[in-house]
Amino acid sequence: MNNLKTPKQSEPAAEFSDAELLRAAHLTRLALDDGEKPELAATLRRIIGFVRVLQELDTEGVEPMVHPLDLRLPLRADEVTESDMRTEAQACAPDVAKGLYRVPRVIEPA
Amino acid sequence: MIEFSLAGLRRALDGGEISSRELTEACLRRIEERNPALNAFVTLCGESALKEASRADSGKAADGPLAGIPIAHKDIFCTRGVRTTAGSRILDNFVPPYDATVVERLAQAGTFLIGKTNMDEFAMGSSSETSYYGPVLNPWDLSRSPGGSSGGSAAAVAAGLVPAATGTDTGGSVRQPAALCGITGFRPSYGRVSRYGMIAFASSLDQAGSLTRTAEDAALLLDSMAGHDPRDSTCAQRPGERYSAALSPMSARALEGVRIGVVKEFMGEGLDPRCRQVFSDNMATLRGLGAAVSEVSLPRLPLSVAVYYVVAPAECSSNLARFDGVRFGLRESGADSLEALYTQSRGAGFGEEVRRRILVGGWVLSKGYFDAYYLKAQRARRLLANDFARAFESVDMLAGPTTPAPAFAVGEKINDPIQMYLNDVYTIGAALAGLPCISVPAGSVDGLPVGLQLMGRPFAEAEVLRCAHAYQLETNWHRLWPPGTTAPFDAG
Repeated sequence: MNNLKTPKQSEPAAEFSDAELLRAAHLTRLALDDGEKPELAATLRRIIGFVRVLQELDTEGVEPMVHPLDLRLPLRADEVTESDMRTEAQACAPDVAKGLYRVPRVIEPA
Repeated sequence: MIEFSLAGLRRALDGGEISSRELTEACLRRIEERNPALNAFVTLCGESALKEASRADSGKAADGPLAGIPIAHKDIFCTRGVRTTAGSRILDNFVPPYDATVVERLAQAGTFLIGKTNMDEFAMGSSSETSYYGPVLNPWDLSRSPGGSSGGSAAAVAAGLVPAATGTDTGGSVRQPAALCGITGFRPSYGRVSRYGMIAFASSLDQAGSLTRTAEDAALLLDSMAGHDPRDSTCAQRPGERYSAALSPMSARALEGVRIGVVKEFMGEGLDPRCRQVFSDNMATLRGLGAAVSEVSLPRLPLSVAVYYVVAPAECSSNLARFDGVRFGLRESGADSLEALYTQSRGAGFGEEVRRRILVGGWVLSKGYFDAYYLKAQRARRLLANDFARAFESVDMLAGPTTPAPAFAVGEKINDPIQMYLNDVYTIGAALAGLPCISVPAGSVDGLPVGLQLMGRPFAEAEVLRCAHAYQLETNWHRLWPPGTTAPFDAG
């Protein structure tokens, strides 16, 4: 590993099948056009193939690094610091009524 | 002559050579002339900036260390009442009800907002071409990219539209555009500056930084930006320092006793030979200032880009889940179910590169792939951070070129994501390790600027800035202006 080219020589990741693309799109709630799917899947196979080089690295016994700081989440005093900002917060919402966000019906009428 | 830097403008304002109003008008004039070609701004606040300038001149504004100086904020920092898009269609109509901590602190220091700068969508890109608002162009050559993602901030400072601008750096988004535009780009340690109100891309990597003409100006901004913020639980619990005060006194042998390690893995065949020559000259300059320069190795560094392109997309897929068309941002009309509302709004609101990263991120976090990709990358990240820690046992600072080559052409890499990712090969390592680092203008290749990168131990901001300042006292690269651009206030 004396130069930075290693991941460039990677092969596309076959395990990222067209079905996996649809699964990822569902998990991330992204609508895809049918026309874009073949090229998108091919590009993502290349990207995933590129990052797959990590699998050759020996990481036995290595603690995963979640964060650069040795983090202990601090607690703050349990005091009210912000006042009610509902009106300001909802000013940028696409559809509000009576202080509530309106969305398409979730529960079907009986 | 008035020097168009924060330090120079401070002196000119204090000495009565110029008023804040005159300064702001000069910036607005230049924006009007140059911005149509550069596309560095998404939103301009000329009217409110002139009002703030007049208040500063009449002594009615806050009297901070940067009083009366207009600056630009990258359009990823929330600004109360001023549209904040993150370069995305999904936030095209988003007007935040609050200020980011960085914006608030720099306002307390006396600066005011002149405009919001263009950027790669959600900071995902290295060329400022993924913006919904069109690409930013490089003032040194309009056929080339200014780099990214903070390309609007870099181009605006490089062309003298503003004296300084904020940026954010997740994998190099401050340092790389600074290098390609011939200015100074500083990324503090992870946790040094609050992320509150900074639209999140990858939470374990994102850090606010600055794009300025000099390291001295970066120190002046950091004086106000740094320090704990109770509104960001990942912001380090340590007070900020007086970084600008640490820059003096500076002798001719200012770097006596400083051990600088040249990262061997940066010197591989991917580096443009002309950039290699520039870097070798840079090391001679640092030796001349008294530094001891030696070679060090970071053996796992060649894997840093792969680590980054697992960790960053994973965190991005999680952070960007909040854009759902319900509480803010774009809502695609005509959806007949809540699920369709989410998928259609997100599908229409996010651009190509953002969608790619969300999909990759969602996938590497999903059942069956989490251990093999995400956990593996986090383990590799630890090994890489250990390489840096080991290097810092024998040297005080690491050095390398900021980019493998000078600015590339607009359109050259945008259709090949992997080529684009590899452009950040020298900047990603320090970001993964959370180190303070800076890029300073350090030479010229074919008339285009290239940068020298210095990386320090965690929270050694003062040392990094001091080393960069010593370099700039010895060199003139940071004083150059792009062809056809004169220094504002030069020759009347």
